[in-house]
Amino acid sequence: MASVIHIMERYEAGSGLKKALAMSRTDVIRQIRESGIRGRGGAGFPTAVKWNLCAVAQSPKKFIVCNADEGEPGTFKDRLLLTERPEVLLDGITIGGYAIGARLGVIYLRAEYAYMKPGLEAALAARRENKLLGKKVLGKDFDFDIEIRMGAGAYVCGEETALIESLEGSRGEPRNRPPYPVNTGLVGAPTAVNNVETLIACAQILVKGPDWFKKLGTDVSTGSKLLSISGDCRRPGVYEVGFGTSLKDILKLVEGEGAKAVQVGGASGRTVPAKQFGRKLGFEDLATGGSVIVIGPQRDMLGVAENFLEFFVEESCGQCTPCREGNPKLLEGVRLLKRGKCSVGYLRELQNLGRTMQAASKCGLGQSSANAFLDITEHFRSEILGRVPATKE
Amino acid sequence: MLATERESLRHEIAELAEKYEHKRDGMMPVLEAVQEKYHCVSDFAMQEVARQLGVFPTEVYGVVSFYSFLSTEPRGKFAIRLCRTLSCDFAGKREVARQLENELEIKFGETTPDGLFSLEYCNCLGMCDHGPALLVNNDVYTEVSPELVSDILEKYRRMFGPASQLEEKEASHA
Ligand SMILES: Cc1cc2nc3c(=O)[nH]c(=O)nc-3n(C[C@H](O)[C@H](O)[C@H](O)COP(=O)(O)O)c2cc1C
Ligand code: SF4
Ligand code: FES
Repeated sequence: MASVIHIMERYEAGSGLKKALAMSRTDVIRQIRESGIRGRGGAGFPTAVKWNLCAVAQSPKKFIVCNADEGEPGTFKDRLLLTERPEVLLDGITIGGYAIGARLGVIYLRAEYAYMKPGLEAALAARRENKLLGKKVLGKDFDFDIEIRMGAGAYVCGEETALIESLEGSRGEPRNRPPYPVNTGLVGAPTAVNNVETLIACAQILVKGPDWFKKLGTDVSTGSKLLSISGDCRRPGVYEVGFGTSLKDILKLVEGEGAKAVQVGGASGRTVPAKQFGRKLGFEDLATGGSVIVIGPQRDMLGVAENFLEFFVEESCGQCTPCREGNPKLLEGVRLLKRGKCSVGYLRELQNLGRTMQAASKCGLGQSSANAFLDITEHFRSEILGRVPATKE
Repeated sequence: MLATERESLRHEIAELAEKYEHKRDGMMPVLEAVQEKYHCVSDFAMQEVARQLGVFPTEVYGVVSFYSFLSTEPRGKFAIRLCRTLSCDFAGKREVARQLENELEIKFGETTPDGLFSLEYCNCLGMCDHGPALLVNNDVYTEVSPELVSDILEKYRRMFGPASQLEEKEASHA
């Protein structure tokens, strides 16, 4: 088992854009549709459907937004892409802009990545120089530019409607959906929000074709995925693998075989116990934006749940009750468990609360913040019940 | 704040707002610029931003209080943010946290009396494969060990130069 080089293959700056501009907008979207690519930011919405909805929307203004907020704990593959593949990304944004009929692209870059801004600005300036941006891109009847806007430290702003609120100069509070951004996005105009990796894959697909892309992956989850792997393994880092790869193979790759659990998809993802390491990455089973955290045998699973719940308590925007009130309740429960002070009856109530949060929260944050708690309390019962806390020295 | 300082802040905010044509979506970049220069967005600054962008001051306060990189209270000239999330926790962030507190003689959430450093936790910095990670303003440090902490701090202390003796004397009499 080795990692692959697929969307990370060599790419000549401007090559995908040249191809795209020689085609009609519908043909560009057709190429993307044939590749079967689904969003790499986590939710897995088919990119061609998103672009097409934007393209057919009637509006004098449209936007394409690159989501570079990468805040999911354990995710860092966009960091690598933004620093080492800016040319492919900027091509991808421009191609997307052409496909949907936008004149402006916006990169929403998280505040923690402010150190990348000068490099990206330089890449943008070079593209303007080379007619890859600006009036009449590559001499065609297509005006397009890209602007960078910075976040200011809020995980929830990675959620696309919160991101749009933030761009508009407001608190990053998620909106009700529908309406979706493809109809009513930035300043009310149709807006396609895409992850960094999605846009890079799209640029590669334009150059190398849908069949090249589908050489890897499964029928439902085509192509490859960049994984950010950290935690208790010997070789953490960014890896590219085909969708459909099992956790067992991934652990072999990073030399983390002794793990007792793997956290797939970050704090909002799933906690997979060792007996299920045969499970595979993909939208069929373990969907992920790419975060894989290896949890070694020495770790306390309640410590894991506590760390994640502290994260959600801090990052909840507080707009809706299940998420605002539920996360602190679950956190309190984990601390009770840690002190050995939680009955099975009360635990069951907390689990019901967790399921209510999944069902009743307004956005993806509250809908997934109970996942790890529910997985850990289900799969690690013998480890978490009846604790006798260490006495204080 | 001195009247002249107020004037210059007022002037700067007006210039920033001009760059964004006094439009609402200039809010974040304007606030970010103010925060970067003054290490906080003061009440006065919030009122000025509101005036320049044509919104209520409470709206500006709403935004400032929402984002963890914006603050109404002054942070240090160098804002230290240590990642507290799982992978850095596994990699030993607790020991780094302790040593940061020892070297700075403050707790998390506080600012050193000389205003040079503030210390706080943040969430995942996207450096999980090289944890523990921390930020000093926009600079990122990875694989930070307790023994590296004092070197990192020294670098910023020197950047600022030694404190003035007169200033210290003045402070000791205050
Ligand atoms: C709380 C929350 C945080 C999110 N953070 C990110 C993020 O940092 N980057 C990202 O691309 N998508 C993030 N998403 C998903 C976005 O809402 C959106 O689905 C995605 O940007 C769409 O792009 P894609 O279709 O290319 O994946 C987040 C969603 C939620 C609910
Ligand atoms: S689920 Fe949480 S983060 Fe999402 S809107 Fe509700 S309170 Fe805000
Ligand atoms: S967990 Fe610390 S940088 Fe990601």
